[in-house]
Amino acid sequence: MFTNQLSLVIWAPIVAGLLVLATGGDQRATMARWVAVAGALIGFLLSLPLFTGFDNLNGGMQFEEVKPWIASFGIQYHLGVDGISMLFVILNSFTTLMVVLAGWEVIKKRQSQYMAAFLIMSGLINGAFAALDAILFYVFFEGMLIPMYLIIGVWGGPRRVYASFKFFLYTLLGSLLMLVALIYLYFQAGKTFDIQAFQAIAKIPLHVQILLFIAFFLSFAVKVPMWPVHTWLPDAHVEAPTGGSMVLAAITLKIGAYGFLRFALPILPDAARELSWIMVALSLVAVVYIGLVALVQTDMKKLVAYSSISHMGFVTLGMFMFTGSHLNQWAVEGALVQMVSHGFVSAGMFFCIGVMYDRVHSRNIADYGGVANKMPIFAAFMMLFAMANSGLPATSGFAGEFMVIMGAVQVNFWYAALAATTLIFGAAYTLWMYKRVIFGEVSNHHVEEMADVNKREFLVLVVLAIAVLGMGLYPQGFVEKMHLSVNDLIAHVAQTKL
Amino acid sequence: MNWADLNLMPALPELFMSGAILVILMLDAFISDAKRGMHYGLALLTLAVCALLQVQTYPVVPVHTFSGMFVSDALSSLVKLAMYGSTAIVLVYSRQYIADRGLLRGEFFSLALFALLGMNFMVSASSFVSLYMGLELLSLSLYSLIALQRDSVKATESAMKYFVLGALASGLLLYGISMIYGATGTLDLALVAKAIKAHTANDMLLVFGLVFIVAGLCFKLGAVPFHMWVPDVYQGSATAVTLMVGAAPKLAAFVFVLRILVQGLEAMVADWQAMLALVAVLSMAIGNITAIAQTNIKRMLAYSTISHMGFLLLGLLAGTPDGYAAALFYALIYVLMSMVSFGILLGLSRAGFECETLDDLKGLNSRNSWYALLMLLTMFSMAGVPPLAGFYAKFAVIKAIADIHLYWLAVVSVMMSLIGAFYYLRVVKNIYFDEAQDTSAIVMRADMKLVLSLNAIALLVLGVVPERVIVLCMQAMKQSLAAI
Repeated sequence: MFTNQLSLVIWAPIVAGLLVLATGGDQRATMARWVAVAGALIGFLLSLPLFTGFDNLNGGMQFEEVKPWIASFGIQYHLGVDGISMLFVILNSFTTLMVVLAGWEVIKKRQSQYMAAFLIMSGLINGAFAALDAILFYVFFEGMLIPMYLIIGVWGGPRRVYASFKFFLYTLLGSLLMLVALIYLYFQAGKTFDIQAFQAIAKIPLHVQILLFIAFFLSFAVKVPMWPVHTWLPDAHVEAPTGGSMVLAAITLKIGAYGFLRFALPILPDAARELSWIMVALSLVAVVYIGLVALVQTDMKKLVAYSSISHMGFVTLGMFMFTGSHLNQWAVEGALVQMVSHGFVSAGMFFCIGVMYDRVHSRNIADYGGVANKMPIFAAFMMLFAMANSGLPATSGFAGEFMVIMGAVQVNFWYAALAATTLIFGAAYTLWMYKRVIFGEVSNHHVEEMADVNKREFLVLVVLAIAVLGMGLYPQGFVEKMHLSVNDLIAHVAQTKL
Repeated sequence: MNWADLNLMPALPELFMSGAILVILMLDAFISDAKRGMHYGLALLTLAVCALLQVQTYPVVPVHTFSGMFVSDALSSLVKLAMYGSTAIVLVYSRQYIADRGLLRGEFFSLALFALLGMNFMVSASSFVSLYMGLELLSLSLYSLIALQRDSVKATESAMKYFVLGALASGLLLYGISMIYGATGTLDLALVAKAIKAHTANDMLLVFGLVFIVAGLCFKLGAVPFHMWVPDVYQGSATAVTLMVGAAPKLAAFVFVLRILVQGLEAMVADWQAMLALVAVLSMAIGNITAIAQTNIKRMLAYSTISHMGFLLLGLLAGTPDGYAAALFYALIYVLMSMVSFGILLGLSRAGFECETLDDLKGLNSRNSWYALLMLLTMFSMAGVPPLAGFYAKFAVIKAIADIHLYWLAVVSVMMSLIGAFYYLRVVKNIYFDEAQDTSAIVMRADMKLVLSLNAIALLVLGVVPERVIVLCMQAMKQSLAAI
């Protein structure tokens, strides 16, 4: 549609965020909301041409933009998306719209700052996915910590200060080491920070590759998060407001996994192969152990948070399924489908919990029971998301997990067997929670007073439900977009740099 | 000296400034207390004219004058322009504060300008003698500025501490200079460099001299282990004076170090590189870790300064033109950041109330969300989080040391900035997450409000488009260092 579509997708939400901020204090909250929803909607609409105008037969970068930025440091303003990153830009713009709607009248204090933080963060996240220059990526990647820190800290729950610090410092630790790695690669690639030039570096000795891989690992594994650096996530999720949890789960976790695909795997293929057993082991621990941890949670948000870690374990598992020097195509594509699907499903789950929290002001499973009697429509929607979270066929949750398991079987039967336990654990913790919260007799007067979803909540639920079902019934629509890009990636990773 | 050949043009801004200071000083004796605000206007006018003259005389090639004691090159001109700007901003921020505390006197402005004059000579010196003279003019003015608040015990104490320790450091520096003179037989920086390169100097004496000089320089920068004075002076001085000590003098001290180590003693780079690496690591570590324990913001910012000086030294010790340019860029950005942070403290203070503990910032967002945002930008910039200018400053120096393969140092420095992030985050936490304890209205003069806003927004703008300033730093470095 426009020649600089990606720039628009990045900067439109940021400008909208600044406009929202300019509406000032809470006396003009209504105006702030409408500006925010308009900004989010424009951002989403601007991102759609990326999907419709995407050339499925081109595995390389599309919608590219190159402008000089900081020439003295070899940094360019270089944007572009392939079949992998394009999906996340759209997912992010979509989620932002949902988040703005989710926070509509729920957020009572400092409306404009809340909405502005989300819009600015949305733009920064789009930037991280679209950046093809390592420092440009880094700027967006780190920049999004600022709004997220404020979102958790200002609008979060009782332990918000602790959670926000933990979130910020954990993520910063990883990214700072990555910065040193990027600077090393800059000198190796002939004084440029272009990611494609990084990928094209012909020779990096194995021990250096491993050190660099560790730096990338620390940065991205914290974001994913992988076991054992996942401990910030339950805290951040639980304390964040509903919108914060939705963005965290749906988008920011994906940036970590995306980082592995964009940086660690193609730039350091040999280290990735050497260390793939560690990645597989950590992923399986996340799937199995964190799945068990989720089972014993008494706090709904914490349960879904742990379930996110477990599902992301599936993603990282799919990305490191090597047969010889080749990644398994099923597994990689499955991981990507799983990421997009988890974006919809976790956003749906957190939104559902948010809806209940707004009415009862508790996240404890024990404080609920028999919600279905009072909120039948809501119960039906939550049922769908719970089923998707446990990977029921015909929902999006199934497609990704199935593809990863298919890929894993081809690599090693036992990987697949262990990974498949998630279908059991996932069903166990999600449905058990669902049963305790939604079914049974009305347990107390708080539940007795619950009113069913209003129009705004209904709208969000319907849109998310359509996304979950649509993707479950026709995953091909997404897979065909990413197919050639994944092929390219696999071909690239298969080359050695020793 | 042949007076007819004396070229005064390169020193025109300094000459004008000297005259203007004398006028301000004289005027003070003749005007009534009610009209003291006039000094403020005159001082700003002086700075504006100086800046104008500086731009007019911006040299294409380095020009020497006063028998080679004074040089006007791109480096000195750029830094001087930054110092005029920063001094003017400091005066704007201080106006209300000093008026509330009875410091709005001619002495305040003349001493501030004398300090600036000293800094100008420091950055334009091309001989050890003129370097030292500039340094002493700066130091003596700063000591008196601190002591100007003579009924404050804390201020007097910190002036005394600063004076005694400063004198000691000057002594070390002089001792080192005398050894260099003994070894090379000259005080001219270019000739010293030539003598060392030609191996006609006594190596033993040179190394001893270097050690003393580095110690003296580290004291002036406030780098560990010569940092003890920094927290006490920052905390004890009136906040306006703290800002005066913490802003432009850091730039001058940086160029001072650059002139001595790079222009004079470049051939000994291997020796001072190792010393500076140690000093840099210690400064970053002790500065950042100790800052965590502080409850007084001025003291916390003092330790933060120490850690910033450590970062700045990283660029310097890289020993490459890119590294020097990175360090210069760091110094410029640092001055911008420290001005906003102290500016906010000055703005929140009022007659009878000093904003100086972390608790005083609590709930600033609910009191005034604009100032809260400005402070947020500054804190994240200091922590080195993109897209703020502080990130590129850190990035540039880390890139410079990576260029000479000191990756361990790069890793140490990023870990230190991780530690540092904690206490900057704590300030943001107090501003945004906590409830206000003090709900009185914040009153700022309109000019201060405007300048403060522009100052903080500059951090964001430079974070998005830093290229121009980086190029300026690189060109200045290239031109000035090509002369040796």
